[in-house]
Amino acid sequence: MAGIPHDHYEPKPGFQIWLHNRLPVAGLLHDILMLPTPKNLNWMWIWGIVLTFCLALQIVTGIVLAMHYTPNTELAFASVEHIMRDVNGGVMLRYLHANGASLFFFAVYCHIFRSLYYGSYKAPREVTWVIGMIIYFLMIATAFMGYVLPWGQMSFWGATVITGLFGAIPGVGTALQEWLLGGFAVGNATLNRFFSLHYLLPFVIAGLVGVHIWAFHTTGNNNPTGVEVRRTSKAEVEADTVPFWPYYVIKDLFALAVIMTIFFAIVGFMPNYLGDPDNYIQANPLATPAHIVPEWYLLPFYAILRTFDNTVWVVQLAHFVTFGIVDSKLFGVIAMVGAILAMALAPWLDTSSVRSGRYRPMFKAWYAVLVIDFVVLMWCGSQVPSAFTGWVGLIASTYWFGYFFVILPLLGVLEKPLLQPVSIEADFKSHYAEPAE
Amino acid sequence: MFRKIAISAVSALTLMTSTAWAEGEATTTDVAFSFEGPFGKFDEHQLQRGLQVYTEVCASCHGLKFLRIGALAEPGGPNLPEDQVKAYAKAFPIYDEASNQQYLDPATGTMRPLTPADHYPANASLQAPDLSVMAKARKGFSGPYGLGTNQLFKGMGGPEHIYSIITGFTGESKEIAGVTLYENHAFPGGWMAMPNTAVAADAVVYADGTEATLENEATDVSAFLMWAAEPKMMTRKESGFKAVLLLGLLSVLLYLTNKRLWSKVKGKKLAL
Repeated sequence: MAGIPHDHYEPKPGFQIWLHNRLPVAGLLHDILMLPTPKNLNWMWIWGIVLTFCLALQIVTGIVLAMHYTPNTELAFASVEHIMRDVNGGVMLRYLHANGASLFFFAVYCHIFRSLYYGSYKAPREVTWVIGMIIYFLMIATAFMGYVLPWGQMSFWGATVITGLFGAIPGVGTALQEWLLGGFAVGNATLNRFFSLHYLLPFVIAGLVGVHIWAFHTTGNNNPTGVEVRRTSKAEVEADTVPFWPYYVIKDLFALAVIMTIFFAIVGFMPNYLGDPDNYIQANPLATPAHIVPEWYLLPFYAILRTFDNTVWVVQLAHFVTFGIVDSKLFGVIAMVGAILAMALAPWLDTSSVRSGRYRPMFKAWYAVLVIDFVVLMWCGSQVPSAFTGWVGLIASTYWFGYFFVILPLLGVLEKPLLQPVSIEADFKSHYAEPAE
Repeated sequence: MFRKIAISAVSALTLMTSTAWAEGEATTTDVAFSFEGPFGKFDEHQLQRGLQVYTEVCASCHGLKFLRIGALAEPGGPNLPEDQVKAYAKAFPIYDEASNQQYLDPATGTMRPLTPADHYPANASLQAPDLSVMAKARKGFSGPYGLGTNQLFKGMGGPEHIYSIITGFTGESKEIAGVTLYENHAFPGGWMAMPNTAVAADAVVYADGTEATLENEATDVSAFLMWAAEPKMMTRKESGFKAVLLLGLLSVLLYLTNKRLWSKVKGKKLAL
């Protein structure tokens, strides 16, 4: 791979050279595993491994669950109960898969917010970042469709609400919605296509994960200082980095083991805590639940969707200037998609020449507010709408957009950054004593 | 809010049924069930008593369609002897087919008595909800401030909700559009179709001599319905326990490996 200079695979005479001339797979593995990695990565750099593991866990448990699940509106709910009661290990399989989605999203949010703090999205890693955002978007789609499969009340009504959003698109909305649903309302056709796509998308994600890794192996990892690995000579590279194997493989596995311990405690002892009890009621198109909410990991964006109703002046303005084409529903949809798009545009909105938040005193404060903002939005999304949550949601949504479209561009101009270390090695030496041999 | 939490905590200790009551807002009494927490186990005898309450009282209106009768003989549940379960299945009354009290075999289309391999029959005769997963389909606790952290300490509160419904009637009733509704402080909205006479003290005579107070019956049948909602709860906790132990051990080993590995690269952290 291009990028940081390091030793490459040298096949030994005999079988190794024979294979290498035909399929250089050992060389590829060697390059991936021996990648020079900044030696100062902190614990926020473990989430990539956790995410890769989550994807594998979801695919493996999902494939087995699919062997016992029936995508039919009459039988789906009963087949999930069959898995829980009669399939060997079915209880663990299903709870691992359901809570695995939560771990997946918890890890992806840690991963995204780490990138936002240390400026991992900035040049030359914009492509890695945008691919990551596409992966995140596909994760949302996959999780949403997976949640429909047990065919509980929240499955059904969640699907009704979210597919209804497509109906907000002017002109083609209704046609698009019916095309997606395979009918006029959420029904058997919807359940079948959601099952099919829920099975397909994880493999698309797996492919994109490959590209994501390929991209950052080309540019090299970012690190907490945001200062690039020096790459003029191999000696400099060796002073700034350690090979991925064994240093980060072991470190990441340790972190993964700790996270798995907590994860299995949740699966074993409180597997329904993160779920909605309403989803243990079989879907009933005639009875709308009092309060329709998505799973916790989609709540922040759900809150943004709900915030922009008719009472907000921006919505009224948009309605007026577009002669009614942009109504509150469409505005909400645009805002929700825009909130994710805003993150994807971060590399071009952030004007600061300093990469890591560590050396940006003003940025630090605004960033901390963004993290709090995200949690507040999550809370808002979970509440029964009221005047109070309406106001909180509006302020929190405004901050979300304000951070990306106003604060990030302005900070690059207004802020006086601190002095950055000259190299990773210099920073490392100022923090750690020489190892005692 | 806090006052209400405090009150429900006190009532949990004393197993009293009186709780603060705000119009339209459901209140749930916290019950200290034996199966709560990572190490909690179902009490076999309680499940057997609960089974008796379900069979003799609840089953006349409520089905249990996802529960296989044979599960009564499996470990981690009421753990009844197999011949007893066989006899129980054969004698189980079927209310939807009241004419001949038999079960319509979905495979052959013929009438025959129930066997342990069958599920409990669905019972739609009075439109009462099926109870198979009821203990997981309701939450008894929420908050504070919409955070849901109360569930972290008290549990989701499904079986507590069932207990509170059974013990929560005030004795008041009203008729709306020809339907009689009964006032119940545990039911969202405060009025429900289930009659306040459905479960009463001494509705059953417990085989093990336990006094059949309303509270005992309610506790027993709530525990039974929790088991019915998740018959594999004991295996689940066991798997969780083994996984946590093994992964904890693996974490320690990897911690030591990692520390040793990095000691060649990284010295002590300098005080800055």
